[in-house]
Amino acid sequence: MATPRLKALAATAASVPITLFGLVLVTFLIGRVMPIDPVLAIVGDRAPADVVAQVRLELGLDEPLYVQFWIYLGKLVQGDLGRSVMTSHTVVDDIIRFFPATMELATAAIIIAALLGIPIGVLAAVKQGSRIDHVIRVITLAGHSLPIFVLALISLLVFYATLEIAPGPGRQNILFDDMVPTITGLLTVDSLIAGEWEVFWDALAHLVQPAGVLAYFSMAYLARMTRAFMLDTLKGEFIITARAKGLSPARVIWKHAFGNIAVRLITILALAYAGLLEGAVITETVFSWPGLGQYLTISLLNADMNAVLGATLVVGVTYLAFNLLADLLYRLLDPRVR
Amino acid sequence: MSGPAQLGRRAFTFAATATPFFSFAGAAEAATPKDTVVVGKAIDDIISLDPAEAFEFSGGEVVGNCYERLVVPNPANPSQIIGELAEKWEVSADGLSFTFTMKPGVTFASGAPVTAEDAAFSLQRTIKLNKAPAFILNQFGANKDNVETVIRATGPNTLVFTIKEKVAPTFVLYCLSANCGSVVEKAVVMKNARDGDFGNGWMKTGSAGSGPFTVRSWKASESVILDANPNSALKTKPKRVFYKHIVDPSAQQLQLQQGDIDIARDLLPDQLKAAQANANYKMSSAPHSYIMYLCMNQKDPNLAKPQVRQAIKWAIDYDGIQKNIVPTTYDVQQSFVPKGMMGAIADRPFKKDVAKAKALLAEAGLPNGFEMTLDHYNGQPHGDIVQAIQANLAEIGIKVSLMAGEQRQVITRYRARQHQAAVLSWGIDYFDPNTNSETFCVNIDNADDARNKTLAWRNSWQDKDLSDRSIAAVKESDAKVREKMYADLQRDHHMRSPFALLFQATGWAVMRKNVAGFALAPLGLRTRYDQTAKA
Repeated sequence: MATPRLKALAATAASVPITLFGLVLVTFLIGRVMPIDPVLAIVGDRAPADVVAQVRLELGLDEPLYVQFWIYLGKLVQGDLGRSVMTSHTVVDDIIRFFPATMELATAAIIIAALLGIPIGVLAAVKQGSRIDHVIRVITLAGHSLPIFVLALISLLVFYATLEIAPGPGRQNILFDDMVPTITGLLTVDSLIAGEWEVFWDALAHLVQPAGVLAYFSMAYLARMTRAFMLDTLKGEFIITARAKGLSPARVIWKHAFGNIAVRLITILALAYAGLLEGAVITETVFSWPGLGQYLTISLLNADMNAVLGATLVVGVTYLAFNLLADLLYRLLDPRVR
Repeated sequence: MSGPAQLGRRAFTFAATATPFFSFAGAAEAATPKDTVVVGKAIDDIISLDPAEAFEFSGGEVVGNCYERLVVPNPANPSQIIGELAEKWEVSADGLSFTFTMKPGVTFASGAPVTAEDAAFSLQRTIKLNKAPAFILNQFGANKDNVETVIRATGPNTLVFTIKEKVAPTFVLYCLSANCGSVVEKAVVMKNARDGDFGNGWMKTGSAGSGPFTVRSWKASESVILDANPNSALKTKPKRVFYKHIVDPSAQQLQLQQGDIDIARDLLPDQLKAAQANANYKMSSAPHSYIMYLCMNQKDPNLAKPQVRQAIKWAIDYDGIQKNIVPTTYDVQQSFVPKGMMGAIADRPFKKDVAKAKALLAEAGLPNGFEMTLDHYNGQPHGDIVQAIQANLAEIGIKVSLMAGEQRQVITRYRARQHQAAVLSWGIDYFDPNTNSETFCVNIDNADDARNKTLAWRNSWQDKDLSDRSIAAVKESDAKVREKMYADLQRDHHMRSPFALLFQATGWAVMRKNVAGFALAPLGLRTRYDQTAKA
């Protein structure tokens, strides 16, 4: 007989294909009913009616909507997401190219955000009401409220144009273009695999600024959440007991209090990472970063529906995967939900 | 095609925020390799680099650098046609047969000679593939069934192009000078053909031409890299041209300043002004073929009244809008043939005259005005311009509701004739006045399922006289008579059409002071990099 824990896991796992199906269905329907003719993206504004009709037939747009969806679904289960009009490549190839760029940026950003955001959140909670707390609150408030394009432009202006200590927009110097073979699509990793240290340092240098800008936004969120969780926890009776027992302040804070909020932070961290992986359009635009956010936006504006569906699916799968992961970790780490 | 300066509000805001800072910043030392020209440009409009398919602005520019055509407009005097791959050509007495003799000694990038067979194959391929630009060639009667008969190589150096109906020879030649008339190397293309695609799949990201460059790579939304063609007779100066995809104009400006790019192609008016005053930069500008216009759907009973159409044309403050909103990037243009093209006229019949406009409205039986919607692109400068027009029309009692949309969304509504009025842009397809005369005047079949959805059709406007005269003009062999026909057509078009022509775009490139030999080509002709060098 299945344990409740296994049952819950099975239910969570079963919800994944249903959610994905719903996501594909809704995106497909939005794509078909939005007021842009997808044929225009292919044949242009000048094409005569017979060429438009011919392409409409080729795309299967003359079929009823449910037939179109069925055909799309049939191809999808075989891993065929169709071809992008804007890039001329298959959507799978595009995702293989664009998603790692976003992944590299998001991973760097979330690492920086976590390393900075969590400790300063804890510090702000411990020093509640002090000057340190106020300074941290102002910094995190700015991270939350400043538009990201302003941050990005200020960053470029200061570190790239004025101090000249950071490289400009782009993933790498044009001198290194195509110097390392693509294996993972993560330029820093691929350059290490190829043993090209110069390319690695260049890629890392190009990564720091956009990742830093994105990280500031996520860091602010993580710090504020950490502070709130910690304040809540520090009021707990078990903390008073721990202090009364004469435990060192560091042990009380990091082992007892932080240990208690770690589970909730994992969820926040996972969702923040998933949010970054969906593609940060504005950061990608300012830093000329060829990521999924830019790809999705350009595809959407050009009614390139295969690309939109493919990219949305990747975003959806990412979200689901991280949700599932957070859920599993939650169950694993929190004895109350076992 | 999208307009050259249709920037999103986001990009506009970026620039507005950043420009004050940049004005004080100096230029750093150039960091790009001396033999590589790095161009900062938004290149996400490219959908293919195959000349039989590329029809967007950036793709067209790349094709122009990698291929040659039989004939081209003379860059120094575009009203004259000169041979590029063709040494000479003859037109038969009946005007139906064009015989081209190929120049000897021209080779493709592969080193193989360019032959008449390659040229015939290239034109046939464009027709057979039937992609977006195919209509430029198939309007002469060629189709996939007869193309091998009407376009054929009759010898190693001789190509004959037979047209169905006599038209002005210059019209045929200008059409052959379009990107889709580029000559590709048959052997290379067919070697890479798959499933009867005439090599289209491979050519989307490759090249097989005789131009000064070859395509090394195209990474969508990232870069296009062109390498010098070692077999080009043009003695190409740079070894490489690197197009770097930079959407944000402020990022373009910063990278130009820091020397990470040599040429910036999409700066905004304020940035251009700052660059003009900075000795570290050089500028190149040229009239663009894009014309911005306001159109009125004749299905609307109010807008169908001639006096209302004229009232709207007299209510707009053309000069005020140009000076205040687009001082560097657009000029006032009130006729459909763009400045710089054969048949262009300098007439400016309309200026803001509120009293006259109100009188015309009263004459139309609408003294208190009326309400209407105005569709437009949501990017700049369209957004600001339509707001100014909205204010102008309010002065004569016309209450305008603005309907902003993404470009393709607006065009979808426009092609379905669902708009009331709209402000849009139009660029030429080939270097002959017929390209605009046809679309702004001709509407033979006004049915909803008409084959040819010209701009006249999209506004449900039929003027048989102008339609017939436009068709007659394209058949006129005498260039001087033809030119006068277009001038007369435009003057009548001013008075009778539902189009208020507004502005013609100006293209700008800003380059670092060490860059020499680069100039933007006018009216969508080829902008090339083969003579661009860095000191």
